[in-house]
Amino acid sequence: MAELLLELMSEEIPARMQTRAAEDLKRLMCNELKAAGLGFGEATAFAGPRRLTLVVDGIPDARADLSEERRGPRVGSPDQALQGFLKGAGLASLDQAEKRDTGKGEFWFVVIRKKGGPTAELLPGMIDQVMKALPWPKAMKWSSGTRLWVRPLQSVIALFNGEVLAGEVALAGSMTPLKFGDTTRGHRFLSTGAIQVSGFDDYMAKLKAAHVMVDAAERKAVIRQGAERLCAGAQVSLKEDEGLLEEVAGLVEWPVPLIGTIDSRFMDVPPEVLIVSMKTHLRHFVTTKPDGALANRFVVVANNVARDGGKTIVEGNERVLRARLADAKFFWDLDRKTRLEERLPALGGIVFHAKLGTQAERVQRIASLATAVAEFVPGADKAEVMMAAELCKADLVSGMVGEFPELQGVMGRYYALHEKLPAAVADAIGDHYAPAGPNDRCPSAPVSMAVALADKLDALVSFWSIGEKPTGSRDPYALRRAGLGVIRIVVENKLRLPLAKFFQQAELLDFFAERLKVQMRDKGVRHDVIDAVFALGGEDDLVRLLARVEALQSFLGTEAGRNLLTAYGRAANIVRAEERKDKTLTAKIAGAPDVALLELAEEKAVASALAEVERAVKPALQKEDFAQAMQAFADLRAPIDAFFDKVTVNVQDKPDLRLNRLKLLNQIRATMDSVADFSKIEG
Amino acid sequence: MSKPSKPQCFQDLILTLQEYWAGQGCLILQPYDMEMGAGTFHTATTLRALGPKPWYAAYVQPSRRPADGRYGENPMRLQHYYQFQAILKPSPPDILERYLGSLEAIGIDTGLHDIRFVEDDWESPTLGAWGLGWEVWCDGMEISQFTYFQQVGGIDVDLVAGEITYGLERLAMYLFDKKSIYELPFNSPSSNVPLLYGDVFLQNEQEQSTYNFAVADTDMLFRHFADAEKECGRLIERKLPLPAYEQCIKASHCFNLLDARGVISVTERQSYILRVRTLAKACCEAWLATQVAKPALSVAKGAA
Repeated sequence: MAELLLELMSEEIPARMQTRAAEDLKRLMCNELKAAGLGFGEATAFAGPRRLTLVVDGIPDARADLSEERRGPRVGSPDQALQGFLKGAGLASLDQAEKRDTGKGEFWFVVIRKKGGPTAELLPGMIDQVMKALPWPKAMKWSSGTRLWVRPLQSVIALFNGEVLAGEVALAGSMTPLKFGDTTRGHRFLSTGAIQVSGFDDYMAKLKAAHVMVDAAERKAVIRQGAERLCAGAQVSLKEDEGLLEEVAGLVEWPVPLIGTIDSRFMDVPPEVLIVSMKTHLRHFVTTKPDGALANRFVVVANNVARDGGKTIVEGNERVLRARLADAKFFWDLDRKTRLEERLPALGGIVFHAKLGTQAERVQRIASLATAVAEFVPGADKAEVMMAAELCKADLVSGMVGEFPELQGVMGRYYALHEKLPAAVADAIGDHYAPAGPNDRCPSAPVSMAVALADKLDALVSFWSIGEKPTGSRDPYALRRAGLGVIRIVVENKLRLPLAKFFQQAELLDFFAERLKVQMRDKGVRHDVIDAVFALGGEDDLVRLLARVEALQSFLGTEAGRNLLTAYGRAANIVRAEERKDKTLTAKIAGAPDVALLELAEEKAVASALAEVERAVKPALQKEDFAQAMQAFADLRAPIDAFFDKVTVNVQDKPDLRLNRLKLLNQIRATMDSVADFSKIEG
Repeated sequence: MSKPSKPQCFQDLILTLQEYWAGQGCLILQPYDMEMGAGTFHTATTLRALGPKPWYAAYVQPSRRPADGRYGENPMRLQHYYQFQAILKPSPPDILERYLGSLEAIGIDTGLHDIRFVEDDWESPTLGAWGLGWEVWCDGMEISQFTYFQQVGGIDVDLVAGEITYGLERLAMYLFDKKSIYELPFNSPSSNVPLLYGDVFLQNEQEQSTYNFAVADTDMLFRHFADAEKECGRLIERKLPLPAYEQCIKASHCFNLLDARGVISVTERQSYILRVRTLAKACCEAWLATQVAKPALSVAKGAA
């Protein structure tokens, strides 16, 4: 049993790609080992800014010969199938295969033999395969080669049992291949020269000495602990930010957290502005005071142990932050001198879309939609909705949003508060882009809901009207997100909004249905249940639609539900089979069966149960009590079961009787389909 | 020729970078004598990035971004500024070490600072070009762009060039600890006539901003754009890629001015970018046709 150590060293790998790359490396190598019939113990992969590392232990030193029998196509199959088989098995002709009778006919068989041998001889080819298959989100070529990797590859350690594997990575073009070796390099600035390693433990120890933490988990822990220690010393708290931590851990090989200070001149600028500057632009961690407010300290993680203890680095970061915040403060002070309302004319100078006019025109549309939507939003003050809708885009022409586009809405809210506009209006301006995705906060205040809905509905209606619909992966105007936003606001706030009232395009309702399906599928609702409810069509009240889905899903979870579904299936199958034979039948069996023609007790029982159910279902549907409607169906089950036991539907020589019985079955189908299309349900 | 080891002023910075990259085997070229948005537009980058011939060059390129004009009032923004560009094709395996050497040369001590390579992919829609690389941070400040060219003029490159761009004013502000570009010492503060960046360029920023935003004759610019576009096509037909490419540069600058004047709508904008790209593509193709494989130049020996 021996250990395989692999290190793929390159120039700096984008932080966002590292974790996935390590997982892929491990998965692909394990698959190769399994496919080669090699067992192994534990496999662990690591990623950092300049290297992917994989260690696999417990691999046998040698592999015995392997033989695998493979069955091919039937003797006499078309040439194409035979050729495919030969190619797959790596054979030149059928002479190398044999015919064998399996009892079900004669088939071609082949025995593929893989020669065994020392594992060390098998591994280089496998490593090459793995490296070719590793799926970087974006790869490049470099120098005069044609090999693709995320950034130029610099060296490869491939050690098995402490010995360098005889292999290389072809870089193609005119480049000399990279030979597998046993050397790597340490930290860019804190280490010099090549480092020779003999195995994984040696590798980890020597790299640690060369200021490289190979394991991202260790780097994260060092960052977190260091940052917390610095914060404690400064009597502030670190604001947890897992995403930033992950990214920063991917930017440093030797993390050195340092603490800096935000110039107090900037502390009255809104915290969102400070946070964007620190976090997004500089990858600084934000800190808070005991009361939760933003503190004037930040943590920056350097990738260097500086001679002066980090003084220069902190000063540099403070300087860059100061320059950014000076800009921000300038805009903050300047912007507050202009009222939002005064900015509106400038929106007339911004083209929203060439075919859809300016932002000013868009605002007018949003305002009229918002007031119409407000009718259906309990508690939404009309005047406040109107005001918020008219001002919601005004911050687009403020200096701050010009500089920090990601603060649109947020700044509008601050400027509105500064003007002492009603809080509901300010909040609605701040909320109107939300929710920006499935996990974003969803507006819940009445005025906010109305304006946020109007913003999204206008985008959908407008882009639909000029034929700009999302197709496949193309959705340049983020209309799917807008659709999901509408759904979330409506559903999460249980708004009874008749969507179709706000647009002419019938297709748009289908689009909402599609979005809702995707959303429900993500939440684990059975897709056939969704289909069954959506098949009813024409529903534009999402709350009602979901109530139906919920009722159906839970009904189908009961035994009565499942049994009834079986009965429904039998009834529907018989009718469908007969309909296929006789195209005119559908018209003939529409409507209620003729009571006078009912002969047997069992069919009479079904007819009266059906009438009973219909009496119960109608008011339940009217009350939108779908659970009650479904429950009513449960009473159908016994009579239908008895019917199928005793009654022959397709009676010979009595066409009237047959037709009447088909009507009865058809009515079962029709009654149940009034609540959901049960034919879509998979048994 | 007594130059201090560490640059003390703006022009020292340029001289130091030139000397450093000359030492790396680069040709030291002069700026292209036309208005362009970035050093990448220089034929020494755009066209030389294509084809099978090795090419090491470095140069300063005055860069014009009409829409970035601030009438000399913003301490960090200019509509005319300098880029220093180094292009090494094919990219040598130690190109990042060489780049870091240039930082040491201009006085950034890596024992004191925190240098980071942060993912930043580059794309020029007008040139039909893209590449992968980083922005380079020094203590949180972006000091260079680094790109491995993958495509230029819509054409896959034969040899990959590593391109390094330094925004000189920004870098100088950092090195000399100035809050405003205009306060940068242009020449040595101890020279006979010490001048600041503002002494040299403030008036230019003021006048050019007025021109870019308010005075430029848009009818004339539209005409010039159309003329350059037409001439470019004619020159391509005559198999003159270099003169044709100059017309492409002209068209691109006219477009930038029109854009700054705010007379191009969002949809039109796309179509103008596409028109410039079409020209750039045609020029690149015509240029490539003139490039036949020859043995590697002596500068690239041992580099690949």
